[in-house]
Amino acid sequence: MTRMAATRDGYGQALLDLAGNEKVVVLEADLGKSTKSLHFRKAYPDRTISCGIGEQNMLLVGAGMAASGYIPFASTFAIFTERAFEQMRNGVARPNLAVHLCGSHGGTHTGTDGSSAQSIEDLAIFRTLPNVVVMHPCDDVSTRVLTMQLPALGSPSYMRTARNKTPVLYDGREDEIQIGKGIVLKEGNDVAIVACGVLVSESLKAAESLKSEGIHATVVDMHTLKPIDGELIDTIVTQCGALVTAEDHNVIGGLGSAVAEHLVANTLAPLEMVGVPDRFGESGQADEMLEVMQISAHYIALAAKKAISRK
Amino acid sequence: MTKTISDLEEIARKCRVEIVKMVHRAQAGHPGGSLSEIDLLAALYATRMRVRPDEPKWGDRDRFILSKGHASPGMYSILAEMGFISHEDLKSYRVLGGVCQGHVDMKWCPGVDFSAGSLGMGLSFGMGCATAARLDGSDRRAFVMIGDGEMQEGSVWEAAMAAAHHELGNLKVILDRNRIQNDDFCEVQMRMFDIPAKWKAFGWNVKEIDGHNMTEVMEGLDFLEAPENCNGPSILIAHTIKGAGISYMENNPSFHGAAPNDEQFHQAMVELGEVDA
Repeated sequence: MTRMAATRDGYGQALLDLAGNEKVVVLEADLGKSTKSLHFRKAYPDRTISCGIGEQNMLLVGAGMAASGYIPFASTFAIFTERAFEQMRNGVARPNLAVHLCGSHGGTHTGTDGSSAQSIEDLAIFRTLPNVVVMHPCDDVSTRVLTMQLPALGSPSYMRTARNKTPVLYDGREDEIQIGKGIVLKEGNDVAIVACGVLVSESLKAAESLKSEGIHATVVDMHTLKPIDGELIDTIVTQCGALVTAEDHNVIGGLGSAVAEHLVANTLAPLEMVGVPDRFGESGQADEMLEVMQISAHYIALAAKKAISRK
Repeated sequence: MTKTISDLEEIARKCRVEIVKMVHRAQAGHPGGSLSEIDLLAALYATRMRVRPDEPKWGDRDRFILSKGHASPGMYSILAEMGFISHEDLKSYRVLGGVCQGHVDMKWCPGVDFSAGSLGMGLSFGMGCATAARLDGSDRRAFVMIGDGEMQEGSVWEAAMAAAHHELGNLKVILDRNRIQNDDFCEVQMRMFDIPAKWKAFGWNVKEIDGHNMTEVMEGLDFLEAPENCNGPSILIAHTIKGAGISYMENNPSFHGAAPNDEQFHQAMVELGEVDA
């Protein structure tokens, strides 16, 4: 039986694991119970700064602490990080202060809270900021490992985590996970599916269903959207000749765009982008939302066949 | 060496000369808010700031954050006076590759602790510096200068509430209350009603002074440093005149962000005692 877990729990665990570094501090905006920074707060209250429901202030308190030698981890819902976008832009990214921002509950997979809580733009907007590393891991293990690599980064980051549980893929495979390096989860020569976050496991399901039709797909977990692993994209273009991207994010500006930007500047190949079709969400269960938004395994498999037909 | 009131007034006069030269040379920039803040900056830097101009990144230095980062000529002039940068560097104001970027920038200019220029950000950053100092067990302080128009940014009040909640006695704000913002007088653009009462209601220690009377400025800085006011954050509300020291700029919204022409420049130098009429 596949273990199920939420990426936000991996984030919460990583903060605890990082606590041995006395420069690590945690900033909260009244959502620590949800983003899972609460475990750190309980264990290290002196190194946890409550910013109330004030995301703009939180980002810049983090900047001031980073400029004073600390390593701040700030978290809130992905949707509310967007409220502090200009603080991230002008006060964090521009002076290149290593504040690590985590947006939990990202994507339509967040579910029944509905469209106001379903961030579908976060990856796109933070990807436009110079100096900022952007990540969206797919399971609790990779979230934990990637978070623990952040203090060594020395530059700011944005990481999206998810509210709901997804299959765990990396138990015992921690050593394979590195910021900026996509991971090949399955190899095939007909088409390559490049996915992030909750759609990685959907992509693996799609690959299984394609296999029953005699189509062999490569599946890549592209947990880091920026910097994008261009070397790996070149490799799978050569190997498969057609690509699909899959993300629980507006089809504009996210992983699909990042891959497309690389393709047009290097080796062209047919690319089908599976993502939220430029519309807002609604209340629904996580699995229902993947169907409504046409981003589930079924749609990824359809896109794969279309990409192959365009070779 | 202890600075007398007249010493400080002379520092401020020299800074005013540099401010006007910078914006005249660049034919751009923000003279009004630089001239309103400069008496405060002169006194703060010359008598209070624990900094090392030859070691600008010294870890235990007091921080100064010019949140109204467009009023950069004022800050550059006092940084030059203190020896963080040279007077020659002032000629790089708004010039490609210059240390004196249009708005103060920590990546470009020694002695600048925060890259400002977007209003409503400096107080939060200062709160971060003050929080870090507390965690370090250090007695360094974070001084933040904000503008009155800037208080219309909601994020200022997020920071004001949070700093008081965390009882950050090492966070000291100076408000340059010059009553003019970009488009017009504050009273026209957005009335702010009882400003001291607002800060008191947010849990701050509050004192008002005349920001151009150097004796009052020194008393105000004493207030910010007084042990009895280190139980929480404090704010010095300095009533100032936008464009102070140059007759045609004083209280004139046109000189929020405009440079003097050659004739006006000459008049300014006369008024500042640099040249004969």
